[in-house]
Amino acid sequence: MRRPSNVAFLLLATLFLAVVLIFAHSGQSTAAHTPRLLANRDLVVRLGLTDLALFTEARYTRHPSQADLHSALQDHPGAFDHFPTGSLLPPPALLKRPHANLAGKTTSPD
Amino acid sequence: MIELSEIKKAFNQGRPNEYWALSGIDLTLEAGKVTAFRGPSGSGKTTLLTLVGCLARPTSGRVRFKGQDISGLPERFLTEIRRQSFGFVFQQFNLIKGLSALENVILPGFPTGRPRAELIDAAEGLFEQLKLSHRRQAKVEWLSGGEQQRVAIARALINDPEVIIADEPTANLDTALSREFMTILEGFTAAGKTVLLTSHDPLVVESSAVHRVVGMRDGKLVDQ
Amino acid sequence: MRIWLEKQRHLIDFTLASLARRKTKNIGLLVAYTLLVFVLASLTLFTNALRTEATFVLAGSPEVIVQRMVAGRHDLIPPGYLDKIGRIRGVQKMEGRLWGYYYDPVLNANYTFMARPAEEVASGTIMVGAALARERGLDAHNTISFRSYSGKLFTFEVASVLSPDSELLSADLILLSEEDFRSFFEYPAGHFTDIALSVANPQEVRNIAAKLSSALPDSRPILREEVLRTYQSVFDWREGIVLTVLAGAILAFAILAWEKASGLSAEEKREIGILKAIGWETGDVLRMKLWEGLLISLTAFLLGFIGAYVHVFHFGAAVFEPVLKGWAVLYPRFTLLPAIDGLQVATLFFFTVFPYTAAVLVPIWRAAITDPDAVMR
Ligand SMILES: Nc1ncnc2c1ncn2[C@@H]1O[C@H](COP(=O)(O)OP(=O)(O)O)[C@@H](O)[C@H]1O
Ligand SMILES: [Mg+2]
Repeated sequence: MRRPSNVAFLLLATLFLAVVLIFAHSGQSTAAHTPRLLANRDLVVRLGLTDLALFTEARYTRHPSQADLHSALQDHPGAFDHFPTGSLLPPPALLKRPHANLAGKTTSPD
Repeated sequence: MIELSEIKKAFNQGRPNEYWALSGIDLTLEAGKVTAFRGPSGSGKTTLLTLVGCLARPTSGRVRFKGQDISGLPERFLTEIRRQSFGFVFQQFNLIKGLSALENVILPGFPTGRPRAELIDAAEGLFEQLKLSHRRQAKVEWLSGGEQQRVAIARALINDPEVIIADEPTANLDTALSREFMTILEGFTAAGKTVLLTSHDPLVVESSAVHRVVGMRDGKLVDQ
Repeated sequence: MRIWLEKQRHLIDFTLASLARRKTKNIGLLVAYTLLVFVLASLTLFTNALRTEATFVLAGSPEVIVQRMVAGRHDLIPPGYLDKIGRIRGVQKMEGRLWGYYYDPVLNANYTFMARPAEEVASGTIMVGAALARERGLDAHNTISFRSYSGKLFTFEVASVLSPDSELLSADLILLSEEDFRSFFEYPAGHFTDIALSVANPQEVRNIAAKLSSALPDSRPILREEVLRTYQSVFDWREGIVLTVLAGAILAFAILAWEKASGLSAEEKREIGILKAIGWETGDVLRMKLWEGLLISLTAFLLGFIGAYVHVFHFGAAVFEPVLKGWAVLYPRFTLLPAIDGLQVATLFFFTVFPYTAAVLVPIWRAAITDPDAVMR
């Protein structure tokens, strides 16, 4: 009679082996990709590129890291929260500090 | 071999539904003999067996097994003793559904760490003795009452215990099967095992296979 | 030790035999579980691969880019700025860059025009990105005309097509000489789009940015680390979007698994009682259940992870590609670098294997500490 635990061990061992092979494959192909990556980095250095060509659809998305004349996102390159006036992250606490402690100390009216 | 002194057992102690199932039992049970507890339903027979078999602890009093006081031991040790020294045949058989007869029988051997092959060999031997070999791969829910009981008996014997505890073993059997059970019982005595059983079946208590009958009523022993 | 091992194997035998009793239900659970791991692992593998590639390649981008602001908006760099920056100590090299966008109505796509020194790209010729060349059917020595924003038609000869290996960076690039750039866009002489700086001491980058801001108050420096951070967050953000969309499914599975794992039927309770009565310790019962949880979750994790790797790196993440990669008329073709982040895998492992195993154990704990005499009734 086949012992259930043996079947399970065999299955798990096979899966573990597959995972080990995956890591080996990953390491090996990463090495195989290195010349391409180095060539690409050279291109980046030579042309002074700043962005991936993944978002070519519109002028304002082509260079997410470069807030520029045409950019929809001029505040901060790659700002995390882009939705109108921010929808996920609150502004830093520093900016929201009440200004009561300045009352009477400034010469111009508040 | 087993000495009970001033055993009392209360259920739901301290609550409004407090119930004293046993109220003062003194008894000595001999090794190698078959002892039957007889009494009406609710007289505390099953409760007494759970105390002897280390399934529960008495509310007060002492249980001595082979000279050792086991009534105050922590659960771990009780389990250990129960596994090594007691085999149970429950009234409802309590087999695990969906597993085969063989798998059910070897279950008590698992915590001992005995190799599987050894356990299976032992189980095959027991099936042989109990004339059940042809059904060993059958799922237990497909077995008849008598077959289920024999599976339960094989399971009780797998760890080779000194004491067999059987609660109402013939309650679910017809006369022919009950007689067969009594034959198996004689086999136990021949093998030198101590047997404790409860029954109000005359076929059992009046059988020559039973060496001693202890009467019970309302949680107390009564003279026969 | 041998006894311990044998005992654990017995417990595994038992737990597998009990699982086999409700085969369809348990296999269904395993499939759902595997699917969940598959989706999560695909997601992390894919974004991690893109992130690794971006980080590696963009590590070569300029250390500082200086833009000029007019009324809070980006503007051209007027003449004289290069000299002013040149006086800041620590600046090793600087280069006025000329680049801009051109909308090509033929493809309905935007190109990035970038000026290069004459010795690299001769006047009248251009070098084009491989995706662009493919879409417009261009090859070396072909000619192509663009109508400039002022309405004049310019004709260029394609000197060469950039390597297809670099499509991820250069898909839409058109490199042309500075002279051509200025006349094509009618760019005012002496003006630049922005300035790229390299800094002698990398530790000094922030100081130099600060000096730049005070020397040229209308300038805005963009540091390389900000560029790299941008790409981290772009892919984080996309991953987050997918996770948000999937949150419902994840929650549904969590409920299913919790229900399955923690709901203890009367039948199971009875079985635990039987096991204890026939000599199993509470610890044995717990260990048996622990094995059940571990075996199911480990199998699901391994299957899901293996499936995800194959899915992402051999089938190009076909399921999530649209969301994670995005889309564009000029979309680069690229093969993903099969990089695995061990920490991410470990995190995924922890968050898939641990909760399930715990969910299996919790109710058993309660059942297993009850008295074993219940089975006698
Ligand atoms: N867990 C329990 N809680 C409350 N009462 C119990 C419990 N177990 C047994 N009893 C009561 O104890 C008495 C003795 O029960 P039991 O030993 O099973 O009797 P017998 O086996 O002789 O029929 C019965 O009245 C039963 O109702
Ligand atoms: Mg009873």
